[in-house]
Amino acid sequence: MSAVMTVGTTLASGVISFDLGSLGRNFWALTIDGLTYGSIYALVAVGYTLVYGVLRLINFAHSEIFMLGMFGQYATLMLLGFTPSGNAYQEGTVMTVVYLLIAMIGGMIVAGGSAVGLERVAYRPLRKRGAPSLVFLITAIGASFIIQEFVHFVLPKLTGGKLGGVNAQQPIRLVEAQVQFSIFGADVTNVEIIIVLAAILLAVATERFISITKFGRGIRAVAQDPVTATLMGVSRERVIMLTFLIGGVLAGAAALLYTLRVPSGIIYSGGFILGIKAFSAAVLGGIGNLRGALLGGLLLGVMELYGQALFGTEWRDVVAFVVLILVLMIRPTGILGESLGRARA
Amino acid sequence: MRRTTPKIAGTALVLAIGLVLTGCSSKETPSDDGSPSDGGTSAAAADLSIQPLVQIDDKGGEVPAADTSNAADPAGDGTAKCDPVSIAMAGALTGPNAALGINILNGAKLAVDAHNAANADCQVTVKEFDTEGDPQKATQVAPSIVSDSSVIGLLGPAFSGETKAVGPVFSQAGLLSLTASATNPDLTTNGWTNFFRGLANDAVQGPSVAAYMVNTLKFAKVCVVQDDSDYGVGLAEQITSGLGDAADSACAAKVKTGDKDFSATVQIIKGESPDAVFYAGYYAEGAPFAAQLKEGGVTAAFVSADGTNDPEFVKQAGAAAKDAYLSCPCGPAPDTFASDYTAKFNVAPGVYSVEAYDLATIMLKGIDSGVKDRAGLIDFVKNYDGDGLARHYQWDATGELASALIWIYQVK
Repeated sequence: MSAVMTVGTTLASGVISFDLGSLGRNFWALTIDGLTYGSIYALVAVGYTLVYGVLRLINFAHSEIFMLGMFGQYATLMLLGFTPSGNAYQEGTVMTVVYLLIAMIGGMIVAGGSAVGLERVAYRPLRKRGAPSLVFLITAIGASFIIQEFVHFVLPKLTGGKLGGVNAQQPIRLVEAQVQFSIFGADVTNVEIIIVLAAILLAVATERFISITKFGRGIRAVAQDPVTATLMGVSRERVIMLTFLIGGVLAGAAALLYTLRVPSGIIYSGGFILGIKAFSAAVLGGIGNLRGALLGGLLLGVMELYGQALFGTEWRDVVAFVVLILVLMIRPTGILGESLGRARA
Repeated sequence: MRRTTPKIAGTALVLAIGLVLTGCSSKETPSDDGSPSDGGTSAAAADLSIQPLVQIDDKGGEVPAADTSNAADPAGDGTAKCDPVSIAMAGALTGPNAALGINILNGAKLAVDAHNAANADCQVTVKEFDTEGDPQKATQVAPSIVSDSSVIGLLGPAFSGETKAVGPVFSQAGLLSLTASATNPDLTTNGWTNFFRGLANDAVQGPSVAAYMVNTLKFAKVCVVQDDSDYGVGLAEQITSGLGDAADSACAAKVKTGDKDFSATVQIIKGESPDAVFYAGYYAEGAPFAAQLKEGGVTAAFVSADGTNDPEFVKQAGAAAKDAYLSCPCGPAPDTFASDYTAKFNVAPGVYSVEAYDLATIMLKGIDSGVKDRAGLIDFVKNYDGDGLARHYQWDATGELASALIWIYQVK
């Protein structure tokens, strides 16, 4: 008891500050920022959760799929004739939306394609040989490093130094953040609205897709009972491919949204931390559960920023993981806790 | 396989619908403000660059720039004779902060190449050791530098963190460690007799810049933001104490290396509406931070130090970098140096290129004067007294420069 009190007094006397005032003053601004990041986490988390649901595999290379998505949308913009510049482009609303959509599709194709490619090259051969799950995990971590170092060292050689390499890409800014309106004194910018709306729409579309379509039923069937599903005529391999594709495509979309917010975040190491956060979001909501991933992402995004205001800005990751651990202690299966197979529309 | 295609097509269709919906939703947003923003307020940001503004002393007052007419020339008189020896360069040559390491390497190469071209009987090679700026990597690299018997002097390590980690190794080996960029003040308090710093340290930079902010720029409220590197922590401490009452502890914030998103920090700073934000850290984080401050509607001046004083900062922060004050113990590149450098490496010289050139020149002078071993080179540097392109070089007993001044640059 005395040890606990000593720790308590030490903490109270300034090792960790506890600034309720700061949280109170900035509450709404932090909430809006938190939801913005949270919706990006959520989209990436879907990739982790779907693959886990179907394969019981934590695909740690998913963060690199997201990173490739960032490069994909960037390359698409370059192909469209945009050059990196210090200023935001002023293309008018309609054309900006068109360009953003094309860039998003570019990011989705690159991310979705590389997710499926990764599955074919790295995971399928292992599955055919019936490798134990630990091997999959190590392969995933290895693939993650290979993709990072590919973008770090090989991509600049392939593209004449235009893509990849040591430094972040010089940003191509299509949208300039502008305040649209205020909620309780907190400014909301166009970028934040685009990110949250796009993420919600994509999430709902994915949720509907998994719940009502034939393909979605296939995914749920395999998640629930692979053997029976195969006996019922569901092609497990095809379902696995589709799962990776959906996860990759959503990561590609998230990549575009992320670069709207953090234009200079396009760098070979740029997916790593975000990927870990998204994975935590998936676990927080209940891994294998689609709605859990979405809820977990939003919650994690908001909690992180509240935590930063409360304890100091350097505690972001600590707060995220302490929250995660506390939730898992009370609900070991995550907040929603249901598996993908049992999730009903 | 035949049935795969329609299924994927179906998937694509559903996703496309999602996308279209997304498109519709995002259309609404910019249309509210599309027209006013077209007016375009941000002037040609593509032309922004870091320009030298003024050289200051520790009171923040102006000091005229040094006269470079007597600067040591690496070519010498062209009659030097020596056995083939090499000098090592250790620093980040890859990794997110590699630009600084490459600036140093190129500066040193320029000096060594000029020396070798002029002195046919004395060929010196530069050996590169990549630490990625990471103390852990540096400890792995350091033994191979020490064990290479052809290396008689080291230019580096480049960053403070790695220098702190590997300093004892070089000290024990009796290998000259001449840094062109590590500015953490504690580095010279370890009793390393082989360590010399070719520029002012943060204990000079911090108070000088703080005095300049308070006395010259008249900032009354400054938020000091630091990263988690030895460099950032040391500098922030100096700046905060130098600012005195002007440092606002309510918005003092800490960020981490690798962070790209600073929402909470920006919101907290915005709530305090300071006159300036001082960032103690490197450009990889400083650039997105400056951009997000502007986007978040913070109008305070952005002030930072040598870690962000790099063209990459301007490239990545874009228009948000405009008017940022960036201090540096490093001197601006003289015109002839800049044109030689640009001709050779196809890029303009960066931060510490001039220092690396000067320090490599000092080592070359030592080699030309007949120094053959590591101990001799340490002795030579200890007693050196001469002008370089950036400043006058003469060291005190601890390895600090006898006279250390700071430059203020501004993005224009």
